[in-house]
Amino acid sequence: MTTPAPAAAVSDTAGFDPSQAWRRARSVALRPEPFGALAYHFGNRKLSFLKSKQLVRVVESLADHPSAVQTLVACDVPEAQHPAYVKALADLARSQMIERNPA
Amino acid sequence: MTAVLPSRPVAPPRPTGGRLVDQFEYGLDAPICLTWELTYACNLACVHCLSSSGRRDPRELTTAEAEGVIDELQRMQVFYVNIGGGEPTVRPDFWHLLDYAVDHNVGVKFSTNGVKLDKKHAARVAATDYVDVQISLDGATAEVNDRVRGAGSFATATRALENLAEAGMKDFKVSVVVTRENAGQLDEFKALTDRYGAQLRITRLRPSGRGADVWDQLHPTQAQQRDLYQWLLANGDGVLTGDSFFHLSAFGEALPGLNLCGAGRVVCLIDPVGDVYACPFAIHENFLAGNIRNEGGFQRVWQQSDLFQDLRSPQTGGACTKCAHFDACRGGCMAAKFFTGLPLDGPDPECVQGYGESALAARDDATVKPKSHLDHSHTGPVRGQPTLLGMPAIPAKICDESPLAGLQLG
Repeated sequence: MTTPAPAAAVSDTAGFDPSQAWRRARSVALRPEPFGALAYHFGNRKLSFLKSKQLVRVVESLADHPSAVQTLVACDVPEAQHPAYVKALADLARSQMIERNPA
Repeated sequence: MTAVLPSRPVAPPRPTGGRLVDQFEYGLDAPICLTWELTYACNLACVHCLSSSGRRDPRELTTAEAEGVIDELQRMQVFYVNIGGGEPTVRPDFWHLLDYAVDHNVGVKFSTNGVKLDKKHAARVAATDYVDVQISLDGATAEVNDRVRGAGSFATATRALENLAEAGMKDFKVSVVVTRENAGQLDEFKALTDRYGAQLRITRLRPSGRGADVWDQLHPTQAQQRDLYQWLLANGDGVLTGDSFFHLSAFGEALPGLNLCGAGRVVCLIDPVGDVYACPFAIHENFLAGNIRNEGGFQRVWQQSDLFQDLRSPQTGGACTKCAHFDACRGGCMAAKFFTGLPLDGPDPECVQGYGESALAARDDATVKPKSHLDHSHTGPVRGQPTLLGMPAIPAKICDESPLAGLQLG
């Protein structure tokens, strides 16, 4: 029997490794909106919102880069904002809007 | 069209970043979710029908026009629609339009009283991803339900639920309008829903359509609203609400979901003749933004109509903006105020701080409650008609009543 980890030990970005390759999930469509985009998952019918256009560019470029971190660099995301972007990407991974890119 | 909206200063430009709810006040390029009523025809005559349905309108969209709407929704990336009516399944092309939508990446959730959900159709719905269904039920018992929805309607709905469960359908919805008569049955509704492996959805009674005629009698009391709020805080995660109870957030803690009037901003209604209204509860000329049959179709109405442009700015004036709870309830439901004759920048008639009751009491004899220009209600008696209004019930089937009933022998 395993002991559940204390809640405090579970980080916001658990399950998301920014050094790996990611992509927008194949069953997800992004609809551009003035504030960013609306993401819709055709499989689980869940909606998410990308709250900035910069984040939309990052999600759409994930597949072109060997890691999420390199995507952030390529999209000119200032380094000081990387933690916030990694957290946003971790949220999207948890809701299956982005997935590991096996290629 | 007369100006219905409180005068607002020129809208400030859309802010960058910040809360999503603030972004939504400025509108979206396409609705998040759209209600599309396919027909005004209905086999029932529910006393609180928001669209005063009953008889089909001869101008209803043809199959080809309805397919055109779906094509346009696909182009605009409206990922799913809520289809309703009337009773949408009585349209002969209903099942075809369902397939057509799914084939064009437009998911569907349709609302029905269950009349056509026999085993065959239930199996068909269960076999299709992207199709969800909600069965309307306004009482956890036949006694409470049938008084407002009509004799036999509880049996019809629960038979449909059985058929869906038996077909292996998961997470379909049981949709309940909360009234004074069923507000005490929330736990029973939850138990009933769980029994079928379905999900409970509860929404707010609006004084729209025939709902205006029974609102005084059926809308929950203040005490019931408080109980409902507590119940939602305790059970909210497992229960859907269509975010329709956001006016209750003024009790204190915000309820889960979008606490905002989405009319013309993130939602709207396409009615059976192609008219586009700001929301499903606002079928009135003052909230009519255009028709999809006109040049530019739905997209032009959504993106360019004067009415929707007007709706897409935050409310900055009026009595409510000075209230400490304004950020929680945002002044409540536009349709509820409008159809009870209250000003749109004042309190919701069910304002939980009590301002609605005083506003209702302050209406004078000169207050005219606006009436919709449309009424498709049945004109004659309907089988199994509701008894709430004290009308005699007509047996659902003529042989439900013994031909010898009342006959005195000897």
